[in-house]
Amino acid sequence: MGKAILYLEDGTFFQGRSPFTFHETSGEIVFNTSMTGYQEVLTDPSYAGQIVVMTYPLIGNYGVNADDVESSKIHVAGFVVKEFAKTYSNFRATKSLLAYLEENRILAMEGVDTRALTRHLRIRGAMRGIISTQDFDVRFLAEKMKKVPSMEGSDLVRDVSVQQKYVWEGSQGGSLKVAVIDCGVKYNILRILAGLDCQVHVFPAKATAQEIEAIKPDGLFISNGPGDPAVLDYVVNTVKYFIGRLPIFGICLGHQILGIALGGRTYKLKFGHRGANQPVNDSQEKKIAITSQNHGFCVDINSLPKEDVEITHMNLNDKTVEGLCHKKYPLFCVQYHPEASPGPHDATYLFKKFVVMMKEHHAPTK
Amino acid sequence: MPRRNDIKKILIIGSGPIVIGQACEFDYSGTQACKALKEEGYQVVLVNSNPATIMTDPEICDATYIEPLNTEFLDKILAKERPDAVLPTLGGQTGLNLAMKLYEQGILKKYNVELIGAGYEVIKKAEDRECFKNAVLKVGLDVPRSAFAHNMAEAKEVANKIGFPLIIRSSYTLGGTGGAIVHQAQDFERAAFLGLESSMVKEILIEESIAGWKEYELEVMRDCKDNVVIICSIENLDPMGVHTGDSITVAPAQTLTDKEYQLMRDQTLALIREIGVETGGCNVQFAVNPYDGRMVVIEVNPRVSRSSALASKATGFPIAKFAAKLAVGYSLDEIQNDITRETPASFEPTIDYCVTKIPRFTFEKFPEAGDLLGVSMKSVGETMAIGRTFKESLQKGLRGLEIGHCGIDNKLDYRAISDEKIEQRLKDPNASRIFYVKYALQKGFSPERIHDISKIDPWFIANIQELVVFERTLAEDFSTHKTLRADILKEAKQLGFSDLQIAQLIQSDEMSVRKLRQELGILPVFKLVDTCAAEFEAYTPYYYSTYEDENEAGGKAECAGKKKIMILGGGPNRIGQGIEFDYCCCHASFALKEMGCETIMVNSNPETVSTDYDTSDRLYFEPLTFEDVMNIVEIEKPDGIIVQFGGQTPLNLARKLQEAGAPIIGTSVASIDLAEDRKKFSQFIAKLGLVQPSNGSAVSTVEAIAIANRIGYPVLARPSYVLGGRAMKIVYDEKALLAFIEEAKEVSQGHPVLIDEFLEDAIEVDVDGLCDGQKTFVAGMMEHIENAGIHSGDSACVLPPHTLSSRIIANIKKHTCDIAQGLGVVGLLNIQFAVKGETIYVLEVNPRASRTVPFVSKATGVPLAKIASQIMAGKKICDFHFIEPETLEHISVKESVLPFSRFSGVDIVLGPEMKSTGEVMGIDMTFGAAFAKSQACANQALPQKGKVFLSVNDKDKRQIAFLAKKLTDMGFSLLCTKGTARTLKANGVKADIVDKVDEGKNNLLNLIKDHGIQLVINTPSGQKSQLDMRTIRAAANLRGIPCITTIQGAWAAVNGIEASREKEFGVQSLQEYAKNRK
Repeated sequence: MGKAILYLEDGTFFQGRSPFTFHETSGEIVFNTSMTGYQEVLTDPSYAGQIVVMTYPLIGNYGVNADDVESSKIHVAGFVVKEFAKTYSNFRATKSLLAYLEENRILAMEGVDTRALTRHLRIRGAMRGIISTQDFDVRFLAEKMKKVPSMEGSDLVRDVSVQQKYVWEGSQGGSLKVAVIDCGVKYNILRILAGLDCQVHVFPAKATAQEIEAIKPDGLFISNGPGDPAVLDYVVNTVKYFIGRLPIFGICLGHQILGIALGGRTYKLKFGHRGANQPVNDSQEKKIAITSQNHGFCVDINSLPKEDVEITHMNLNDKTVEGLCHKKYPLFCVQYHPEASPGPHDATYLFKKFVVMMKEHHAPTK
Repeated sequence: MPRRNDIKKILIIGSGPIVIGQACEFDYSGTQACKALKEEGYQVVLVNSNPATIMTDPEICDATYIEPLNTEFLDKILAKERPDAVLPTLGGQTGLNLAMKLYEQGILKKYNVELIGAGYEVIKKAEDRECFKNAVLKVGLDVPRSAFAHNMAEAKEVANKIGFPLIIRSSYTLGGTGGAIVHQAQDFERAAFLGLESSMVKEILIEESIAGWKEYELEVMRDCKDNVVIICSIENLDPMGVHTGDSITVAPAQTLTDKEYQLMRDQTLALIREIGVETGGCNVQFAVNPYDGRMVVIEVNPRVSRSSALASKATGFPIAKFAAKLAVGYSLDEIQNDITRETPASFEPTIDYCVTKIPRFTFEKFPEAGDLLGVSMKSVGETMAIGRTFKESLQKGLRGLEIGHCGIDNKLDYRAISDEKIEQRLKDPNASRIFYVKYALQKGFSPERIHDISKIDPWFIANIQELVVFERTLAEDFSTHKTLRADILKEAKQLGFSDLQIAQLIQSDEMSVRKLRQELGILPVFKLVDTCAAEFEAYTPYYYSTYEDENEAGGKAECAGKKKIMILGGGPNRIGQGIEFDYCCCHASFALKEMGCETIMVNSNPETVSTDYDTSDRLYFEPLTFEDVMNIVEIEKPDGIIVQFGGQTPLNLARKLQEAGAPIIGTSVASIDLAEDRKKFSQFIAKLGLVQPSNGSAVSTVEAIAIANRIGYPVLARPSYVLGGRAMKIVYDEKALLAFIEEAKEVSQGHPVLIDEFLEDAIEVDVDGLCDGQKTFVAGMMEHIENAGIHSGDSACVLPPHTLSSRIIANIKKHTCDIAQGLGVVGLLNIQFAVKGETIYVLEVNPRASRTVPFVSKATGVPLAKIASQIMAGKKICDFHFIEPETLEHISVKESVLPFSRFSGVDIVLGPEMKSTGEVMGIDMTFGAAFAKSQACANQALPQKGKVFLSVNDKDKRQIAFLAKKLTDMGFSLLCTKGTARTLKANGVKADIVDKVDEGKNNLLNLIKDHGIQLVINTPSGQKSQLDMRTIRAAANLRGIPCITTIQGAWAAVNGIEASREKEFGVQSLQEYAKNRK
């Protein structure tokens, strides 16, 4: 293993090792506190443009397999851990994590005091970083840092969204037609919808309302995805058209887009929520769900028009908005990931709720 | 839902004495719960028979009953206290079983008491195997194929259907008693019989063996609003087939993908809802087929457990405290996470380190039993270690075990072990299997082969392989460069190697490696256990060491003007060093905090109250070795270190710590040495004009023989520097002496062998005293019931002494003062005396807290450990107001509890080597009543009528007639062996003669099996114990028939029976005893 360095925009750096020699990578550095599910994290398109630090120190223990993917490839810009497993063990595993990373040419480093790094990010906030296995001179790295784009104002959706619309494999026979706006959708969302007897039509984020309407959907789903929601006018406008016309369900970025479409604003959280243990209170169900989360932006609770919008979900840790619904129209969304993967299945009931909403919403009236 | 206001008073049931499978984790849980409920403004009543617990301290609860844990006494307590609710989920299996009986016998209904935490139906569903199986199947989960049997015929039929190998589990038992794996038909009958016998309800479950599968455990909590959270997942290194209490376990689970983990989580949620655990903690055990992932449910415990204590320590999440709050109506989101202060308890802890728990065994105490592990738990303690990697935590854990390993080291030379031996040690689970994994790798066994033989998951084997490879790299690098290079040394430390272990690899010594390491600036950092992997700021100072960049401990000026005192704990429990010492450490911390000091606790035992993050200002969860302790000393720079409370463990470190500049306070290291060094000690005793049994210490066999000849046989022989009478023996002739020396070599490692005159028929007296260097207070004097020769930790004792003359008592007091002041004791000391006629012999002086400190504190109301620690911090004896123990009106009896039923083939006879795991206490106004209560506490309640089997050795025959007469006068009928019957007949006492074990159908063994005998009094003759008598004792023990093996014990029992026939026993709380005294 060779030397590797993680250089942060505030000048701090962390040393470690890397088994790879691909030059360098850069992105916003964020930490994830899930103890399982690294393969799902790596393949989650919402992590595009980010270097992910796992707080759990031992990563790669169960290898990787063909099933636990959330998209067609790895999306993280870089991966930082305390220790990669040299040997993996699990009955479903097909190869080691390191081999998988190498095949996908993802720069990863280990031997980092990831707890110190996490504490640093918690105190100073999420920031940009560069991993290098070649350049260890901080002056040069500082120079390079200037060219690394900021997460705020970045449209990363266009990089991860599907180019052509398609129907999710195996869902053709579904009885409810769901149009999915793919801002970087996780496969498990599609799997769950298909499992609930939905015909899942996945559209590029750039798809127009007319293109979507053409398939006569029973409901609209707005997916998760990377980057800053504030710059996604094109999706917001499409969504606005359907408010009141179709039942709508949004997850994560989809929730933020809906928030903006309803007249709200979003802001960047200091270091975001990324993990599988976040408690969320659902005031409608009067229940707490332990949720899977991955977001750096958040809908501003005070920006939403109170006459139209009801806050339905609240994060119990920091009291931020985790979900909302419209008081008149069939529309709801959550900031967290009810599709889990990785994470607990406490909130899968929301998909059933969406299905019920579509069934109840017969002929659109508007 | 907020706190319930319809409940005012709650009774908590404790778990009773420390036994295998139920140790001090229940004191930890119970104490947390008592404190939490009291904080909430409830009146808390506690019943527990174990005095060596923090929870039974009078200030923890409003009323504390040290009384037997059975329905008879619970009925009395309920009648007297009239609580609104009983919380049974904190007292382990004992608590649950007792709650079941209280319900079934209508006692709860009689007093209109509600069960909170877990109701009758819940307990029944989880505990009754048939109900449990139905519940599991109802929610669509998988279980191993199985069926129940209630007799041998049914058992055979089931076995035929399932096929071998299979597992037998008996219903309603503790820690898997009566369980076994059976591989072939010929072993089945005996195993099934034992299982049926040990079940409370004569029921066994026979099931498909899933030995070799991966084993997991999830700790879960649920509130009244149906919010459920998983606190911790645990993966066992030892696969299915080894009781989880005997397995090396790791948290969190390591080799489950998120998909499998979430499936397990879903199943846990479904199950806890079906079983109906409404409020509180619960654990669910799973087995996973390593080849196809089939997941089956093994067990659910609807209560806090050993695993929940481990999970609490592993994550920082206080399960028991929250379980108590949930039981009184709170929901998880209404409880704050103490650690982050800003987030609620309704979350799932996430950790950023790896935790390894390793069990501690004491097979050396029961050499006849063998060290094989199975489904019945055998370990007596455990240690936990935290590291940033599995390799680091495993190595820390192994050195924290204190069994002479400094990591996964090379205690045996792998080249000297045959492949056959290695294969066998890998295949049959045993106490040292982990080391054989290493030896196998060193010998070139492939990891695949090791997995095939042991079924240990390849991931664990691979990690050990990395350590083996690194050892070679280090040795080669050293021989190339002739020095330890910084990179290599740093890597070694990151892999968890101790300085001593590194020294062994390069033929150096610990201090040289340490010096080099410090020169190279390779120093540990301390990280925080915070439940959230640093996502939130944490306020609870709970640390572990590792070798990384950022240090989170020390440095801060939190203690402006405050004295910092560090307390060294006792490490893993073992026979001879258990909860009593943890009790002392906790008291030290409480007392010093009261004085305004800042306290720092160091310990590695996850079961304890001392390792609760609430107990001290800062907690370091670290092994108690010189290196690990010094690391903390260097970071914290304490003003004082207390070594006299953690038993022998910290005492053994004292000299080295002092030499390294650590400020030991209390009794000086020189005085500790003086008491340990036989020669110096003899001179010291002689100078004081006191008497010791003649003795000598030998470093060679020739010397030993000469000393024994000078003293005259029998002699008491033992190794030095050990606790609990380890390997101590009464030796009757030279042949036995030689055998002893051979064994002692291994135990005492280069220290001399001690040989003492054995005082036959002497009364042993234990004294605990407090001294400030000038003035001494004799806090408690205990007269042993058994004569000298039985280890003080195993003998029953009574406080105040009940047969000693006031002159003897006065002299013992005087001697205690002379010794304490002569030694310059600052803090506690314990002296064992023997009284023979008018002569008082000094047997042993321990300038440290003793096992009896909690008992004395409970009996007298004087908090010894508290006062001792304040004395060490500068207070004087005259600063305290003492009540002389002579003024006590009540009598307290301590009885020990022995683990014989766990070790088949082991004779239950007492001797100079300590074998008990725990103790109970009986308190009443007369000796007889207190003794009878103590027996009931120890689960061997004395009978009031029936048959007594009486067989004593020749020496005891002198005393037996009167005793037998008393028994027949009370209406007992007697059964005797021929010899004893002859003696009785000569004295005019009528007794029937019973057949020997092997003679006739109506023989003794069958009578015992059929419960045709209610009490066994059998004193073994001399050194040879007759084989059939061993069988008798074992059979009685197995069936819970009280079996008394000393004549003094028999006398006490007769007194006890008399007292119980005289009038019904009452119950009184410690608070009432204290009030009556003042």
